[in-house]
Amino acid sequence: MCGVDVLDLARWQFGITTVYHFLMVPLTIGLAVLVAGMQTAWVRTGDVKYLRMTKFWGKLMLVNFAMGVVTGIVQEFQFGMSWSEYSRFVGDVFGAPLAMEGLVAFFVESTFLGLWIFGWDRLSKRVHLACAWAFSLATIASAYFILAANSWMQHPVGVELVDGRPRLTSIWAVLGNNTALTAVPHAIAGCFAVAGAFLVGIGTWHLCRREPEDQPVWRASVKLGGVVGLVAFAALALSGDAQGKLMFEQQPMKMAAAEALCHTEQPASFSVFAVGDVSRPDCESVKSITVPALLSFLAHNDFTTEVRGIDQLVAEYQRAYGTNYPVDERLGELSGKPVDYVPNLPVTYWAFRFMIGFGALSALTGAAVLWFTRKGRTPRSKWLPRLALAGIATPFVGNSFGWIFTEMGRQPFVVAPNPSGVDGVWLFTARGVSGVTAGEVLTSLIALTTVYAVLAGVEFYLIRRYARAGVAGVMPPKDTDDTEPGDKLAFAY
Amino acid sequence: MDLATLWFMIIAVLWLGYLFLEGFDFGVGMLLPVLARDEDERRVMVNTIGPVWDGNEVWLLVAGGATFAAFPGWYASLFSSAYLALLLFLVALIGRGVAFEYRGKVDTDRWRRGWDTVIVGCSWVAALGVGLVLSWNVWGLPLDAAGDRVGGPFAFLGWPTLLGAVAVAGFALVHGAAFTALKTEGPLRERARALALRTAPIALVPLAVLLVLVQLRSGSLWTWVPLLVVVGAAATALLRLRAAREGQAFAALGVAVAATVVTLFGALYPDVLPSTVDPAFSLTVAGAASSPYTLTVMSWVALFGTPAVLVYQGWTYWVFRKRIGVHHLPPVHTP
Repeated sequence: MCGVDVLDLARWQFGITTVYHFLMVPLTIGLAVLVAGMQTAWVRTGDVKYLRMTKFWGKLMLVNFAMGVVTGIVQEFQFGMSWSEYSRFVGDVFGAPLAMEGLVAFFVESTFLGLWIFGWDRLSKRVHLACAWAFSLATIASAYFILAANSWMQHPVGVELVDGRPRLTSIWAVLGNNTALTAVPHAIAGCFAVAGAFLVGIGTWHLCRREPEDQPVWRASVKLGGVVGLVAFAALALSGDAQGKLMFEQQPMKMAAAEALCHTEQPASFSVFAVGDVSRPDCESVKSITVPALLSFLAHNDFTTEVRGIDQLVAEYQRAYGTNYPVDERLGELSGKPVDYVPNLPVTYWAFRFMIGFGALSALTGAAVLWFTRKGRTPRSKWLPRLALAGIATPFVGNSFGWIFTEMGRQPFVVAPNPSGVDGVWLFTARGVSGVTAGEVLTSLIALTTVYAVLAGVEFYLIRRYARAGVAGVMPPKDTDDTEPGDKLAFAY
Repeated sequence: MDLATLWFMIIAVLWLGYLFLEGFDFGVGMLLPVLARDEDERRVMVNTIGPVWDGNEVWLLVAGGATFAAFPGWYASLFSSAYLALLLFLVALIGRGVAFEYRGKVDTDRWRRGWDTVIVGCSWVAALGVGLVLSWNVWGLPLDAAGDRVGGPFAFLGWPTLLGAVAVAGFALVHGAAFTALKTEGPLRERARALALRTAPIALVPLAVLLVLVQLRSGSLWTWVPLLVVVGAAATALLRLRAAREGQAFAALGVAVAATVVTLFGALYPDVLPSTVDPAFSLTVAGAASSPYTLTVMSWVALFGTPAVLVYQGWTYWVFRKRIGVHHLPPVHTP
C-alpha cells in the first residue's frame, strides 16, 4: 500500500514542480536572447529606442529569471530525494549531462547575469553587451544538456548493460541522440513562441493606448514579437514533425496514445477531434473527426504506412517486457500485478491536441496583430489589445501540454525501452521511486505547491505592475542636481 | 591516484567553494537586522552580495550534479535519507533567491520589510540545513544493504547532526560579518568588524568541537594537520580583523573553511557515506563510483570547465571590488 502512495505522490510532485519550472524557463530563454538582440541594436545604431527596449524587456526578464532559478534548484535534487532507485539505475549516464549543465551553463548564466544587471556603469559598452550574450546563450546551452538527459530517458543510447544497470559507453551517442537533436529545436522554438507572444501582448496594449512617448518602442517590440512568434511556429511545426517520425520508430505506444488509436490501421487516419470517452479500449463509443491517411504520413512520410494500434502494441510489450510486475515488496500494491502498458489516454490524446491548438492560436494572434499594425497603423479597436494580452497565455499552455504529453506518454516506463537498443535498458516508473515514506513526499508536495503558488502570484503581480508602467517605470529620469557625479551605482537592489 | 579518488576530491572542492562563497551570503542575510540600523544600511548590505549570490549558489548545484554523475549511489542515499531536512533547505533557498531579486521592486516599507524577513529567516534555515546535511553525511547514516535509510523520516535528527548545523551557521555568522566589514564603509563597517570580533569566540566553538569529534571518531593521523590549520587560520582571522585588515581576515577565514573541508572529507575517506547499521553497508569511494569511462568524460569536462569558472567568477569579484556606502545608493525608482 505504501509503495503505491509514494509512487503516486512522487509522480504528482515531480509533475507539478516541473510544469511550474517550465512556465518560467521558456520566457527566460526567449526573452534573454531577444533582449541581447535589442542591446546589440542599440550598441550598433546608437538609437535610444533600442536602449529603452532593452531596459524595459530586460527588467521583465529579470523578474521572471529569479523564479526560473529558484524553481530549478529543486529539480536538481528531486531525483535523489524522491527517485533514488532511478538515480542509482541511471546515474552512470544521466548524471553526466546534468553535471555538464551545471559546470558549463549554470555558472555562465548566473555569473554573467550578475555582471549584466550591475555592470551598466562598470563595464565598457561592448563588454557589457558580451555579458548579455553570454548569459542568454548559456540558457540555450543549459536547455540542450537537460534535454539530452531527458531524451536519454525516452530513447536510451550509448550504453551497455553491466550488472543489471546501464553503463555509459559513448557520451557522444548521448549528446548526439537523435531524440535530443529534434527535442532541442522544438523546445527552443517553444521558448521563442512564448517570448514573441509576450512582446506582442504587452507591446500592443501600450501601442493601442496611444501614449505619446515611446510609440517607436512599442511598435518595434510588436513587430519583433510578431515575427519571432511566426518563425517560431514554423520551427515548431517542422521540428514537431521530425519528432513525430522518431516517436513512430522509438516509442510506438506514445504515438498510438497520442491518437488513442485502438486498432492497427493501414493507412492510418489522423484524429482531429473526438467526442466520447477516449480511454475506452475498444474505441467503439468514440466519434472522431479524422483526416484519412494523415497519420501514416506524419509517422513515415508516405500515405500508406501501417501504424500499430494499442491492442497490438500491448501484446508486443507484454512479450518483450513481461505481463506482470516482479514480486517485490518495494512495489507495494503493484507487486506481482499485471503491467498496464497503456498511458493515460485522455491525457495523452487531449494534451497532444491542446499543444498543437494553442501553438497555432498563438501564431494566429501574432499574425493578426502584425496585420492590423502594418505600415505604421495604430488600430482604434478595443478588442485587439485584449486579444493580444490573452494571447500571451497561449504558448505557455501549448508548452505545458507538450511536456505533459511527452512525459505521460512514456508511462509506465521512467526509462523507456529503445526498440533498437540494448536489451534490459529500461525501468518501470514504479521501480524508480525512493524508499521514503508517503508522509515525506506528501509534505514536499504540499510545501512546494504552496510556496510556488504564492510566488507565482507575486511574480504575476510584479510583471503586471512593471508591464503597465512602461519604460518610465524602469528608467529613472536623469538627476540634474547630482552633487557627486559618477559616485552612485548605476543599479542597486 | 585513481579517478574515483580524484572525483571524491573534486566534490570536496565543490563543497569548499560552496561553503566559502555561500557562507558569507548566508551570514549577510542572517545579520541583516543586527548590523543595519536603517533601510539604507540594509540596502547596502544586500548589495554587497547583489551581483554574486546567484553564481555562488551554483556551486551547490554543481556539487549535487557532480555527485550524481560520479557517485550515483551516494547522491541517491544521502538525498533520499535526509528528505525533510533537504526540503526545508530547498524552500529556504527559494525564498532567499526571490527575496533578493524582489525586495527593491516595489517602493513601500511594508513590501521591503516583508522580504527582509524572508531573507533573514531563510538565511538562517539554509545555513543550519546545509550544515545538517553535511554533518549527517560525515557522521554516517543508518543505511541498509540496499542503501536505503532505516529509522524513519527523522533519523537525521541527532545531537551530532544538530552540532553540525550550529557549526555551519556559526561560521556563516562570523564569515558574513567579516565580509560586510570588507565590503562596506563607515559605521556599518565598524559595527560589522566589532560584531565579528565579539561573536567569533562563541560562534566558532561548535565548528571546532565538530572537527575534533569527527577527527577522534574516524580521522587519520594526517587529518590533524588541516584541523590545526583551521584553528590557526581562525585565530589569524581574528587578529587581522582586530587590526582592521579585513581583506587579510577574510582570506584567513577562507583558509579555515578550506582546511575544515579537508578535515571532514579526509576523515570520511575511503568511505563516501558510512553506514551506522553495519560498516559492510557503507558506500565507499571505490564501490560507489561511476564507470571509469564516465569518470574520464567528467574529468575532461572539469579540467576545462573549472579553471574557466574560477577566472570569470574571480573577474566578477574584481569588477565589483569597491566598498559600498550609503552615499553610493541610487535613489529608489519603481513604478
